[in-house]
Amino acid sequence: MSENSSAQTTHHEVLELTVRNHPGVMSHISSLFARRAYNVEGILCMPIGNRERSRIWLMVDEDRRLEQMIKQVEKLEDVLDVQQHDANHQVFIKLEEFFQT
Amino acid sequence: MYTMTGADLTIRLLERQGIETISGIPGGANLPLYDALYGSDKIRHVLARHEQGAGFIAQGMARASGLPQVCFATSGPGATNVLTAIADAKLDSVPVICITGQVPSSMIGSDAFQEVDTYGLSIPITKHNFLVRDVAELLETIPAAFRIASSGRPGPVLIDIPKDIQTQEISFEQWPEPGRPTQPSPANPEDLQQAAAMINQAQRPILYLGGGTIISNASEQARTLMERSSLPTTMTLMGLGAVPVDHELSLGMLGMHAAPYTNMALEACDLLIAVGARFDDRATGKVSAFCPNAKVIHIDIDPSELDKIKQAHIGIIGDVKQVLEQLTPMISDNRRTQWTTEVENLRRTHPFQTPKTDRANTAYGAIRKVAELVDDNAIVTTDVGQHQMRTAQLYPFRKPRRWLTSGGLGTMGFGLPAAIGAALAEPDNTVICFTGDGSLMMNIQELATAIEQQTNIKIILMNNNALGLVHQQQTMFYGKRTFASDYELQMDFVAIARGFGMPTFDLSGNNNHEALLREALEYSGPCLIHIPIDVNENVFPMVPPGAANIEMIGGDDHV
Repeated sequence: MSENSSAQTTHHEVLELTVRNHPGVMSHISSLFARRAYNVEGILCMPIGNRERSRIWLMVDEDRRLEQMIKQVEKLEDVLDVQQHDANHQVFIKLEEFFQT
Repeated sequence: MYTMTGADLTIRLLERQGIETISGIPGGANLPLYDALYGSDKIRHVLARHEQGAGFIAQGMARASGLPQVCFATSGPGATNVLTAIADAKLDSVPVICITGQVPSSMIGSDAFQEVDTYGLSIPITKHNFLVRDVAELLETIPAAFRIASSGRPGPVLIDIPKDIQTQEISFEQWPEPGRPTQPSPANPEDLQQAAAMINQAQRPILYLGGGTIISNASEQARTLMERSSLPTTMTLMGLGAVPVDHELSLGMLGMHAAPYTNMALEACDLLIAVGARFDDRATGKVSAFCPNAKVIHIDIDPSELDKIKQAHIGIIGDVKQVLEQLTPMISDNRRTQWTTEVENLRRTHPFQTPKTDRANTAYGAIRKVAELVDDNAIVTTDVGQHQMRTAQLYPFRKPRRWLTSGGLGTMGFGLPAAIGAALAEPDNTVICFTGDGSLMMNIQELATAIEQQTNIKIILMNNNALGLVHQQQTMFYGKRTFASDYELQMDFVAIARGFGMPTFDLSGNNNHEALLREALEYSGPCLIHIPIDVNENVFPMVPPGAANIEMIGGDDHV
């Protein structure tokens, strides 16, 4: 993550994933992006509900490969749902105060 | 109430899945599993000589039968050794379940003896993987592994089981249901109608069948569609045998080593009907120049394949067999006299020119002779290289699941253990393994397994004492600077095979080669047939890597 990164100034999209909550799921997702050399600018993860599931928020580059990336994410066994939002989604914007230099 | 150890539970769950054969190698971290397997009267264990061999034996069983199969490896080097076979299964969509032992849970992360992060290593090369953290999870994990491996687009699943989980006792009330493939969702009817209209209206359509046609057991449906609409039909490396390659509408394999007329017909087509095919670069050549004038209908069970390489005009997500069953009734009978005549003209003017020989001691001649001498139920495996491409070009595959080759990963060393697996799955059929000296050396230790199991495999070793396809590429594209592709040491493969206790038939010298080949194929049990071939005999035609498929080299002058 670069120091100057900001959701408002670069072309990003926000992905909202609902996943099964277990120790391997983050590595499945981050490995998928990493091995396709697809940049993930931001990542957030917290359990939801009765903690059997987690919500993962990803801030990713807007890129012509994104559609294919989303299809690949949807194929992961532990990913239950993927929603796509634009960069104006508040989740990362509201967190910016924790990421000041 | 049932009470047993995790290891016993694992073996019982595998029995309940219908598993009858497991290939593998024991070691420290999976000894409890082996102890439980010792007590099984339903599962036979096949001891491989290297875990990669065990993985490919399981693949051979799975590719021939279409059913998920299991291999075992211990932690650390056992796990790393098996990874190549797992990655190979991923690329060719083969349902293999690999169960690895792991160091005890309390020692994970401590750099314990033979500890490696098997879970982390296997993430990118499996369809899914599990690290079992509690013995009770096995009740869900084992059936889930079978469900995942065999549902939708099949693939390998790895289950890593720490040793303490294997020895821990568990009590449970009820056996879980065995894991079975989930039913695929039906295709969108509007897409089917549009696709049917496109096929009916097309002037120059081509059917392009991939490995998905075979995986989905859709050969009959593909043939019905092909014949009803008189569709010239090409097959990928993985799709060979989906329809008989010597059917009058068959164009054989497409791509890098295709017959000239096949790639030329694709160049001329106005509609490409891709069925369970993924537009691999070896099939398409330069993608922007592949079927430049064609609209594309793409049928695949994996949504991520649609629009991945080539944008489809109609993308249909669904099981190939079901889709073809729904699609074909909407297709009108069509003789397509003009287009099929045009294709026939291409076939006549730009044929696939094999070296004109049926001598059993030559590369092409041996393939041709073997095909004459065995029936259509024989299973053919190959390794990777020139012998593989020659077999793909020439062998008359007429049935599905008779052709087992490492297509996606292109793993040298695949052929012998895959042949052993195929022979274990179908002991009554002959299994032919076409191989080269470079490939055979990569898993030669499995000769021991082949003998020990008395598998009916015939290893046809085409020996040019070189990495032939590397040698060919250096000759063609690197200024003839052949380097590191000729072996300095000339091995005596006949003596080596004999050392393993394997009967051999040597087609060098002035023997009656054909009689010897016949004798070898009639021999009941494993044997090696040694055929020395010329290192300078290349595989033609060839599309240079990265070039368009119509930029073929050779095929005319090299006969």
